[in-house]
Amino acid sequence: MLEQIEKIEAEGTAAITAAGGTTELEELRVRHLGRKAELTTILRGIAELPAEERGAVGAAANRTRKALEELLERRAGELDAVEIDERLVSDRIDVTLPGAPTLPPGHLHLITRTTRQIEDVMIGLGYQVAEGPEIEHDYYNFTALNHPPGHPARMLQDTFYIQSHPDVLLRTHTSPVQIRSMEAQPPPIFVIVPGKVYRRDSDATHSPMFHQVEGLAIGEGITLADLQGTLEEMLKAIFGSGREARMRPHFFPFTEPSVEFDVSCFQCDGAGLLVGGERCNLCKGQGWIEVGGAGMVDPSVLGFVVDNGYDPERMQGFAFGMGVERIAMLRHGVPDLRRFFDNDVRMLGQFL
Amino acid sequence: MRVPYSWLREYCDPGIDARELAERLAMTGTEVERVGAVGPPAADSFVVGRVIEREAHPNADRLSVCTVDTGDGDPRTIVCGAPNVAAGQSVPVALPGATMPGGAKLGKAKLRGVESHGMILSAAELEIAEESEGILVLDDDDVAPGTPLAEILPLAEPVLELEVTPNRVDCLGVYGVAREVHAISAAPLAAEPWTEDAVADGEGEASDYASVTVEAPELCPRFTARVFTDVTVGPSPAWLQARLSAAGQRPINNVVDITNYVMLLTSQPLHAFDLDKVPDGALTVRAAAEGEKMKTLDGVERTFDAETVLVCDSRGPSGIAGIMGGQVSEVSPETKRVLLEVANWNGTNILRTSRLLGLRSEASSRFEKQLHPELCMRAQRIASQLMVELCGAKLVPGTIDVAAEIPAVQQIRLRGERVEGLLGMRIDQADQIAYLERLGFDVEADGDDIAVVVPPDRHYDVTREVDLVEEVARVHGLDEHLPSTLPGLAGQAGGLRRDQRLRRRAEDALRDLGFDEIVGWSFTDPGETKRLRIPAEDPRAEGVTISNPLSEDQSVTRRSPCRGIRRQAAGALRRAAAARLPRGGTTDAALLAEWGRGSGLLRAQGSSGGSCGSARRGARLRARQRAFPASRPQREGARRRDGRGLDRRAAPARLPPVGPGLRGRL
Repeated sequence: MLEQIEKIEAEGTAAITAAGGTTELEELRVRHLGRKAELTTILRGIAELPAEERGAVGAAANRTRKALEELLERRAGELDAVEIDERLVSDRIDVTLPGAPTLPPGHLHLITRTTRQIEDVMIGLGYQVAEGPEIEHDYYNFTALNHPPGHPARMLQDTFYIQSHPDVLLRTHTSPVQIRSMEAQPPPIFVIVPGKVYRRDSDATHSPMFHQVEGLAIGEGITLADLQGTLEEMLKAIFGSGREARMRPHFFPFTEPSVEFDVSCFQCDGAGLLVGGERCNLCKGQGWIEVGGAGMVDPSVLGFVVDNGYDPERMQGFAFGMGVERIAMLRHGVPDLRRFFDNDVRMLGQFL
Repeated sequence: MRVPYSWLREYCDPGIDARELAERLAMTGTEVERVGAVGPPAADSFVVGRVIEREAHPNADRLSVCTVDTGDGDPRTIVCGAPNVAAGQSVPVALPGATMPGGAKLGKAKLRGVESHGMILSAAELEIAEESEGILVLDDDDVAPGTPLAEILPLAEPVLELEVTPNRVDCLGVYGVAREVHAISAAPLAAEPWTEDAVADGEGEASDYASVTVEAPELCPRFTARVFTDVTVGPSPAWLQARLSAAGQRPINNVVDITNYVMLLTSQPLHAFDLDKVPDGALTVRAAAEGEKMKTLDGVERTFDAETVLVCDSRGPSGIAGIMGGQVSEVSPETKRVLLEVANWNGTNILRTSRLLGLRSEASSRFEKQLHPELCMRAQRIASQLMVELCGAKLVPGTIDVAAEIPAVQQIRLRGERVEGLLGMRIDQADQIAYLERLGFDVEADGDDIAVVVPPDRHYDVTREVDLVEEVARVHGLDEHLPSTLPGLAGQAGGLRRDQRLRRRAEDALRDLGFDEIVGWSFTDPGETKRLRIPAEDPRAEGVTISNPLSEDQSVTRRSPCRGIRRQAAGALRRAAAARLPRGGTTDAALLAEWGRGSGLLRAQGSSGGSCGSARRGARLRARQRAFPASRPQREGARRRDGRGLDRRAAPARLPPVGPGLRGRL
């Protein structure tokens, strides 16, 4: 029995020492020290041995078990270290790397960005976004906007007409959507209208196609002062807080009173002069920059949608409009209107 | 409209400099494009001189040596090259030290051995005329030598270049501008220059000399004519030439200059005929025959349509009504008798005709905005005074006046609550009355309201209560007084519709896939149908043709952004050859996308050398969009670029469905 124990110890020691991995080591532990192992069986059977043998066998078996246990532990420690080293080498992962980028993101066009920005400000002020067709009836583009027949803007020089339908044209402004919106919805109405418009003109400051954003607010008791406040909110959101709005009386057929509106210059802070006393080149020393046109919607215009609740004696309100390219040029220092339609990726890529 | 400041100040002097006035005008509705200047920059060292003696230059044939009294004791020697200089003349002289227009400083100079102490000036040198032959001779013999020239001629003259809005035809005349300045500054306004008339001491009656027949009264609401005899045609006096030049009109002769001057003063154009070149003095106003021709004053033969109105004599047309006169009865240096026409025309028809002929004049630009028939007699009265004064003419008694019905005077009630209700600011009734009176309205308070009578100058502009609100508001001053408030929303909530939200998401998704959005032209050339291989029977093959395109290239609306995108991609790649494209490692790929806005359609297309992975994700995106019925994708996909350029064989796999486009909407 003692020889048997010695043999177990010798075999176990040799096998454990030779083990090449933690998995193998676990198998050895089960084989030599597990419930069905030879040594375990011996230890379990000690009680049945004759009394004179019990002491010697028990002592030898326990010693062997302890020796093997210690050896297993030591060996496991050694193998663990080796395996971690190996895994570190083979499974190197940088968790800080971004996940599977196939392409960098592209860019929205500056016109879309600017349009969205204006839309968002106005949405925040309670407006909904309205749209309309670019190929438009003379009625919506002119007649219902109080451009009487013979008005200079109706003349062939300024407007693209459609060959097959002499009373159909490419809209010259987003204002026809004023009428379309009011036909679709009784007052009160608060809409902002983005879109492409067309005029027969082409040079560094005129493009036959360009973009406008138009606002319309009609309800009871909406005043010119409300227009000024609204423009101020919008201009601050576009050009930065601290900006002021200024309205100068002007003339448009579809508003009365009519105004042009300016924003205080964001380069010289309205002073007209730069630090160092140089004349501000952005506002040409004026302190103000022209942005667009606006006014109180002319009662004659409301007269065209009177059946939908727009009684000019009860309902009143304002409209304003501006060129998207102009806003973008001012905000980002784009020097030439034509750059917007070159679609040079080197320019597109500058605006996320 | 160019307004020389000295001319304006003759009627209303606001007591501020031209720049300050320009700012004030801009804030009350009359934009000032710029404040220019004519003449020498400063009036110092410009005086009136009298030529005492003129001798030939000893060393030069064309020069003369003049002795000129400039009022400072010793007569000075001035060398002059003008052929018309003569002893006894009063002339403008620049003394050494004077700054000439353009900035050059005059010094003493030796000309062919003779020292010259100054310079005798021509009209051109003073910027009174564009060109001139010889020196300017001043008629004012009674002006003492040495008198500052600025007392006779406007020097260092600021000129306000006004951008008059199309409704303010009254401000196309200096007196109208003066009234506007009076309204916004409250500075006194001089009496209307047409209150007095010339004494008619000619022989007989106007109707003995001339007759007028109007066959088209709806196009010619009024035609007035006066007759002048004993007319002496010659150059206008310097002050008149200076004013016209500063206002942008070339001086021609005294009769023509008077017509231009009165137009610039009142905004009512006039036309002078040489009465002896009008057979029997008989004029007829009629519509042209289709295809009728005439040679205008500028020497061009023009062809008319049946709506053009002509002023004719018994031999044929002598002028296009309201636009330009003809050569046949032009005033010349030999003219002795003048018929002065002051008429009123239908503005819409003048505009139409002038556009049709491509012919615009100072007269047509006023008539096209519709003048009031009342203005005719104002112009006749001022012109008559000047004809007598400057041309030695005799005014024949009587005015030939063929008038349709003069429009009834406008009376409007301005309700007290309406002003504050529309503007959101209070303006005292007393102030409202003051503003309207200064603007030339007849007003009378009636309780809280004001009863207003509109003067003829504003007849077509101010027709409703709201127009009066505007007048009151702008004179009161928006910049100083208007508060900033926000409208009550009455329960409205802002936001995007579902389709608008989805479109933005689609735009963002494409961007995140690496697409750059482009904005291409909505126009294309008629060949696109063929290139896109749209079959002839497809309704989209027709396209929408523009009747007046800027070029053949932009003469039809595009059917799809496809072609534009290809062209842009090619350009982008060309440009990117030098500057590396920010695309994943490759330099021969561009991802461009475009979508139609405003029609409820999403049209996106890519041009790509990107990976299959991005194409797959593009497909998923497409599927999502298709699930949304109002936004039908027109055409999407990837274009691969091989070494030979964009693959043109890759015709659209699927033609776009017909959207809710033109046909459906119209």
